[in-house]
Amino acid sequence: MSETLDKPAAQATLNVVGTRPIRPDGADKVTGRATYGADYNMPGQLVGRILRSPHAHARIVSIDASRARALPGVKAVVTSADFPDLASEMHDGGEAASNLRDLSLNVMARGKVLYDGHAVAAVAAVSAAVAEEALSRIKVIYETLPHVIDVEPAMSPDAPVLHDYMFTEGLETPPTVASNIAKRHKNVRGDVDAAFAAADVIVEDRYTTQAVHQGYIEPQACVAAWAEDGRCEVWSSSQGQFMVRTYCAKILGLEISDIRVTPAEIGGGFGGKTTVYLEPIALALSRASGHPVKMVMTREDVFRATGPTSGAVMHVKLGALSDGTITAATVELKFQAGAFPGSPVGAACMTALACYDIANFTIVGWDVVTNTPKTAAYRAPGAPIAAFAVESAVDDLARKLGMDPIALREKNAVRDGTKASYGPTFQNIGYVETLAAIRDSDHYKSPLKPNQGRGVAVGFWFNIGGESTAAIHISEDGSAAVVTGNPDIGGSRASMAMMAAETLGVPVERVRPMIGDTASIGYSMLTGGSRTTFATGMAVVQAAEKVILDLRQRAAKLWEVSLDHVVWRMGQAECIDPAKPEKKPMTLAALAAQSGRTGGPISAQVTLNAQGAGPGFGVHLCDLEVDPETGHTSIVRYTAAQDVGRAIHPSYVEGQIQGGVAQGVGWALNEAYIFDRDGRMENAGFLDYRMPVASDLPMLDTIMIEVPNPRHPFGAKGVGEVPIVPPLAAVANAMRGAIGVRMSSLPLSPPAVLAALDGKGG
Amino acid sequence: MSKIHITTTVNGDPAEFLASPGMTLLDALRDELGLTGAKEGCGSGDCGACSVMLDGRLVCSCLVLAPEVEGCRVETIEGMAQGGQLHPLQQKFLEHAALQCGFCTPGLLVAAKALLDAHPDPTEVEARYWLAGNLCRCTGYDKIIRAVMDAAADLRQERTA
Ligand code: FES
Ligand code: FES
Repeated sequence: MSETLDKPAAQATLNVVGTRPIRPDGADKVTGRATYGADYNMPGQLVGRILRSPHAHARIVSIDASRARALPGVKAVVTSADFPDLASEMHDGGEAASNLRDLSLNVMARGKVLYDGHAVAAVAAVSAAVAEEALSRIKVIYETLPHVIDVEPAMSPDAPVLHDYMFTEGLETPPTVASNIAKRHKNVRGDVDAAFAAADVIVEDRYTTQAVHQGYIEPQACVAAWAEDGRCEVWSSSQGQFMVRTYCAKILGLEISDIRVTPAEIGGGFGGKTTVYLEPIALALSRASGHPVKMVMTREDVFRATGPTSGAVMHVKLGALSDGTITAATVELKFQAGAFPGSPVGAACMTALACYDIANFTIVGWDVVTNTPKTAAYRAPGAPIAAFAVESAVDDLARKLGMDPIALREKNAVRDGTKASYGPTFQNIGYVETLAAIRDSDHYKSPLKPNQGRGVAVGFWFNIGGESTAAIHISEDGSAAVVTGNPDIGGSRASMAMMAAETLGVPVERVRPMIGDTASIGYSMLTGGSRTTFATGMAVVQAAEKVILDLRQRAAKLWEVSLDHVVWRMGQAECIDPAKPEKKPMTLAALAAQSGRTGGPISAQVTLNAQGAGPGFGVHLCDLEVDPETGHTSIVRYTAAQDVGRAIHPSYVEGQIQGGVAQGVGWALNEAYIFDRDGRMENAGFLDYRMPVASDLPMLDTIMIEVPNPRHPFGAKGVGEVPIVPPLAAVANAMRGAIGVRMSSLPLSPPAVLAALDGKGG
Repeated sequence: MSKIHITTTVNGDPAEFLASPGMTLLDALRDELGLTGAKEGCGSGDCGACSVMLDGRLVCSCLVLAPEVEGCRVETIEGMAQGGQLHPLQQKFLEHAALQCGFCTPGLLVAAKALLDAHPDPTEVEARYWLAGNLCRCTGYDKIIRAVMDAAADLRQERTA
């Protein structure tokens, strides 16, 4: 079931936007023709393989690769000695800034290994078998060091320190000793102590979550070729070809102009492919060997060495008046960053209370390095973790107040004009409409069966805009090629084509959307932050408008009328000069056919830095059933409502919502990184890192609320990230309903549920 | 390490390749025969992205050794569309937007076709359990299951027509 609730303002006459055409890249993807990262080969390519640390924390005493180099068929071996030793420098990649030195040290360890799976050397050889054999011949001598995995032990003064140069930022008094605490974030409003003193009802709890992986099904893969003239080609699966280009240039000390990156089809990313792991190594191996080098991660590599998101320990305390007004909140968030600073705790602090209008609060966040893989962005980075804690506490508050959980949220909801907890003033948000949609749903009114529980939770994500380029080229038959610089991770080509078709007034089948390589289209920030349909879509629409202006000028010239007397309507130029009633409309195809006579090819490009991405809100409703014998949990019904601004292609918006829900349910019920005593990941495979399969889930119902974003030509808001924010708490709150016990540690796996049931009985 | 000459039938056509003893069928298809529709998501039989039919049985090609397919019939995603026409499952996947990144799609289509060949009228629960060996991280399975059920209905009608 899905429904769309329109606000009158969102209704305009649209012919393409809001319909559900078949995606333009569809046939390639159902026939196996689409070319993903590992599907591409270059003539003469070698196989690249990485030697990874077996230790969670160790000093590299020496690396001896002589026996590997001596093996016939080995063409190159590289270590950190083959990469420049970079100075600390922040690079703003759009959604989050990265330190280039850390990035480089994560790609290839220098001096120390910081987690099990950290790359220490790489080889290129004529075959996988030879490459594997070569790895076994590289002798690395380690001096193991004490390690620390969990966030609170890592914060302790006697914890082993990962980086002796790291001093906590954000404290009133700068520390004099190095620690694992990279940064403290703090956001305060009002007088929280006084507000708690005056509160009628207070709830508080401690919450924990474990590191979880994005779990894209396609492992990282690339092919890189270094030519004798220093020009490099990279083919890779990533969320941003320009990101890959920049990072490769920085990490290898190359000129940006010497690198061309072609984006492959991408088999999922969810934020995990917003950074580089293989590409700089493949380039270094190609430079050293003189051959193209192909590298593909194994699933084990993906788990051990690419970004999960943080495990966290959180403390939330809420105070309210007896009428349900939440007057005070303290939130403390401690996030695992992995081996280098940069957990999403900053975003978690900003989103934690973003759905609530609260006069007094203190939010503190700690970014803490640990001997685990460096965290990478994961869909609404940080927000689901904070929402798990805050929404669990709000649920407990509703119980204590004897209030309906939606009514409590409605009472404290942010609205247009509310100053957000993180600063700006909300405008054109659809949060209360989204709450109302769930409140009024059949699902919310339906009865529950024994052993079932129902949970509500809400979630927020900023969504971003940013820099994008789009070009439109009109062919001589009047069809259009739309070129953008954003990898299509979940169907964005369809929405680009639809927005171009809508604006030009042509059928969507006449538009072919393409994703350009870094030399064929201007710079675009990566696909992330739910920005593509908003920002790149805006560039596409503006490029189409530029084409239309050009077409009107050409028609005016042919008709010998003024530009004001030519209008563009339904895909054709119409003459409205009263003096020339005989002029028949000219279609895009007709104008394109004579472009040679009117000024040459018809083409337009637009670059922009889009501002005003509308924030998104989601409200989720989960019913689950617990088997009291086994502790097994089944999700029996799920409805997710979200303000989407304007659904360009509603099927793909629903798909984003459903996919976010599924990931969130996995996070809530099963997924977790498990480390042994030596700090090695114990479940680096899909068998033991258990993601939801088809039989784990019911149909996932969606309700799309359309409160248009006035900054976008069609009102679109980002939709991809919001839906993973509420599910963790929606599931946990449903569990509270089902078993009568608050479970405040994820995952809610069968043994944990059984333990909670036992604790309740005993 | 000498290679073994393998003769097999792939999507109805004779195919030959040289396999090292440890080579998987997935690697043979992708690297020796240039059929990259089957994907490697895990290499351990846990994701189904590499699903193919082997003598009419649904298998994870990453778990089959290439030398084992001597004399066998292999069917892959590349053989599903016939004569320039998409198979109804492929068409329904597109109509229902049952793919986002599309990486799981070839494996899911092969597995779904195996389901419908064996059980033309599955219940939703049967379809979910049959496809439980195919991980999709993007869609939450909702649209995939709808597409499979819809294709099943169409195929049943086609048969009775
Ligand atoms: S690659 Fe064969 S099951 Fe995953
Ligand atoms: S569509 Fe991406 S994994 Fe299924």
